Amino acid sequence: MSPIEAVDAAGGARYVGQRVARSEDARMVTGHGTYVDDVVVPGVLHAAFVRSGVASGTITNLDVQGALATPGVRAVYSGADLNKLVVEPWLDYEGPLGAGPARPFRVLAEGDVRFAGEAIAMVIADSRYAAEDGAEAVIVDVEARRAVVRMADALLDSAPVVHPERSGNLAGEIAPPPDAELDAIFAAAAHVVTETFSQHRYACVPMETRGIVASWDPYKEHLSVHASTQGPHGVRTQIARVMGIGDHQVRVVMPDVGGGFGQKMFLVPEEIAVPLAARLLGRPVKWIEDRRENLMSGQHAREDEVTVSFALDGDGVILGAKADFLENVGSFPAGGSSSIRFSSMVFPGPYRIPRYRATARAVFTNTNGRCSYRGPWMVETVAREQMMDRVAAKLGLDPLEVRRRNVIVGGDLPYKTAAGLTYDQISAAETLEQAASIAGYDAFRSEQAAKRAAGRLVGVGISLFTEPSGIAAGTLSTEAATVRIGFNGHVEVVTSSASHGQSLETTIAQVVADELGVDMADITVSQGDTQSTPYGPGTGGSRSAVLSSGAAREASQAMRAKLLRIAAHRLEAAEEDLRIVDSTVSVAGTPSAHVGFAELARLAYSAPDALPEGEEPGLQTHVRYRPSSPFTWSNACHICTCEIDPKTGKVTVDRYIVSEDCGVMINPNVVEGQIAGGVVQGIGGVLYEQMPYDEDGNPLATTFVDYLLPTTTEVPLIEYGHIETPAPTNKGGHKGLGEGGAIGSPPAVINAVNDAIAPLGVCINAQPLTPEAVARAISSAASTPTHRLSPAEETP
Amino acid sequence: MPEASGVTTVAIQCSVNGARYTATVEARLTLADFLRERCGLTGTHLGCEHGVCGACTVLVDGRAVRSCLMFAVQAQGREVTTVEGLAGPGGALNAVQEAFRSEHGLQCGFCTPGFVVAATAFLADNPDPSEAEIREAMSGNLCRCTGYQGILRAVAVAAAAGREELK
Repeated sequence: MSPIEAVDAAGGARYVGQRVARSEDARMVTGHGTYVDDVVVPGVLHAAFVRSGVASGTITNLDVQGALATPGVRAVYSGADLNKLVVEPWLDYEGPLGAGPARPFRVLAEGDVRFAGEAIAMVIADSRYAAEDGAEAVIVDVEARRAVVRMADALLDSAPVVHPERSGNLAGEIAPPPDAELDAIFAAAAHVVTETFSQHRYACVPMETRGIVASWDPYKEHLSVHASTQGPHGVRTQIARVMGIGDHQVRVVMPDVGGGFGQKMFLVPEEIAVPLAARLLGRPVKWIEDRRENLMSGQHAREDEVTVSFALDGDGVILGAKADFLENVGSFPAGGSSSIRFSSMVFPGPYRIPRYRATARAVFTNTNGRCSYRGPWMVETVAREQMMDRVAAKLGLDPLEVRRRNVIVGGDLPYKTAAGLTYDQISAAETLEQAASIAGYDAFRSEQAAKRAAGRLVGVGISLFTEPSGIAAGTLSTEAATVRIGFNGHVEVVTSSASHGQSLETTIAQVVADELGVDMADITVSQGDTQSTPYGPGTGGSRSAVLSSGAAREASQAMRAKLLRIAAHRLEAAEEDLRIVDSTVSVAGTPSAHVGFAELARLAYSAPDALPEGEEPGLQTHVRYRPSSPFTWSNACHICTCEIDPKTGKVTVDRYIVSEDCGVMINPNVVEGQIAGGVVQGIGGVLYEQMPYDEDGNPLATTFVDYLLPTTTEVPLIEYGHIETPAPTNKGGHKGLGEGGAIGSPPAVINAVNDAIAPLGVCINAQPLTPEAVARAISSAASTPTHRLSPAEETP
Repeated sequence: MPEASGVTTVAIQCSVNGARYTATVEARLTLADFLRERCGLTGTHLGCEHGVCGACTVLVDGRAVRSCLMFAVQAQGREVTTVEGLAGPGGALNAVQEAFRSEHGLQCGFCTPGFVVAATAFLADNPDPSEAEIREAMSGNLCRCTGYQGILRAVAVAAAAGREELK
């Protein structure tokens, strides 16, 4: 495939912006990728876990004799064995933060259990089959206690306390002082609209579950780890802290990783148990999470409730906003998984909201812990975009018109939101108009009127948002890249972050190829090994396009300058007369005067006397990169149309349009692939996926027969519009968008469904919008005399 | 034969990607684990181990099956083809593999072997499928990265390439 048509001024191929096929694919389509379960370690033993069958209770008996007597079983560990080995429980880079109580953590349940699925004992055997035999032979008696499951119950005085060592179930709180000025705005407003929106619990569900293999060398005092993770350096630090050894004593290799979506940013306790057991036993230990474990104990996401109030003038212009967030973090949440600070900060989104106050609480419950999931803060968009439609309904305006009246336009920039964030360059209004245009919004409304008159339930939903991409603050501030050229002239790029599906081996090579004047085939990108790559915080936060490519770009520019200095000296030419094409430096106008990268490498490594005075020998450059702003804002508008079967309540998504601005695109295939994946996760989340618990805290979706992922027969054809406003925060002008698809899609689908049933006088504020839920809403309209079922009667 | 440990083992013979394998396996060993652990063919992936996700799809006597739901002993006398057995001489990608690459039909790549094997079997049965038939045929495999957009394109492109070849 040769899609490279653009040519730069110097005559070299241009890769950035092209639909380049991926470097990763040949190995993956032939079954030659290497995922953690494919790693072969001699002498490895296999782990299986015994898990709690109840949400809360006291362990009254734990008998492992039957397991120890099971053929093939080598060891059985309980909480009493492993928990005492934990030196520092901080699963974060920076250790303890603030003075508050520590985030709850233990390797295995000890004394009591706090969610159904919590690991109680670890069985290690010659094979996974034998380990599971052993796990079945462990006898556990638990005296069940009353559990707290619903977040609304967690803060009641009568609620049982999830973690008895804490005073209550409040896990986090934002409680700013009252805002009299905002209250005055509300008191004087022409309209005040208040609504409560909730979203249900669903989960990341990467196709590859978690997995880890660890080997301890007692003589080197060194731990070797392969892990399915989003960040090998984070895994190294987490394990080193827990085990009380230095980072330098741990090597973590991240092989090919089958998706993460936030879930693999931090380790779960089972993954900590593996290296602890490997050191205790002096044998390598492997644990591959099975799907039931992943769904039951591999951590969940999303469960939130938000009450929003808008003060509006008579034209539907927002004068002020209040938002109150409630978040369920389960029992043992992952590091960084509480999103209330981010959600409340990002809430004003793409609209001019002059004054705003947020309050929030996060609560513990006896459920699986919360983890980050693609746009972990996205409930702000889910709530705000439903709210825009409620405002439209209340004021008798079209949802598109309400957004037009409030959206931030180019003339407003730079715009500082009422939450204190500054948009330097966004194009929210442009994406709104582009999406409406692609959707044929006005024509749809006309067709909708005709279809409604015929009794059909069709709807359209809009979602508009800004995405805080390229997050570069605190631990996430930087990424690094090393560029080196070897004796054969081949370019190697070593990156601090690593792809778990984001195509970085391709996109980073595209950037480097353009900067250096090299064919992509002459570039190899290496990643994912703490022993050979610079420190990086892990791939998440839509950071790679901004930070990783930024680091690679600047290291390449430094390499280019170095190559030109050496070549100018060699060719006795001025640097400004040189150009680089196909890994060869030549003098413009004198094609016979040229020197290739291989010869330059030979000079740099083997003939340092041939280098310009003061030039450092070797061909290697390294840059640790920080963009000029902690956020690189991207933005998008999603428009979805749907039709509902009035009898069954089944929702069919007909069209799905995304107009986005991620700045300069490196590879439109990758951009659209990221959007599509996120959009379908959001469609799945709203319509099919749910992680329900019964009132006792038993998880009800522990297989793919209960947890319904969308398939090819449910997904619409996604239509894209691209607006490219270069980001001012980085030289490439790129903005991240890895999370946006999953942020924007849920409210677009929810709004389309509510628009479809609006003629019935009903509205649904909670998901999932399963056929049962939608049919229930439709029948509630039918049984309420004030709401007429016949859409024809609704038509003016 | 029952062993002292109480685990029953069975001798089997089968062909995998054209090579003959003779092995003694536990009766409970799944075909997927046999392929991965005994044959060293780790391209067959396990995404759910309960027959829903399709990542472990292989061909048995030319028909697509879920190797997590089949025991190794059931492969006795059969011909098994895994994703590693699809590429042509010299590692040349088959039409489906090539189309997955050109159409951005994969991201993390974990589900990909199952899709590639399932699509190869599907197009062998139905070389000229409609879009609806492609959607139906691929609905037995789960992908979490791509939203299926590139996968649906890839199967259509592979079908067109196959028809072109027949002309």
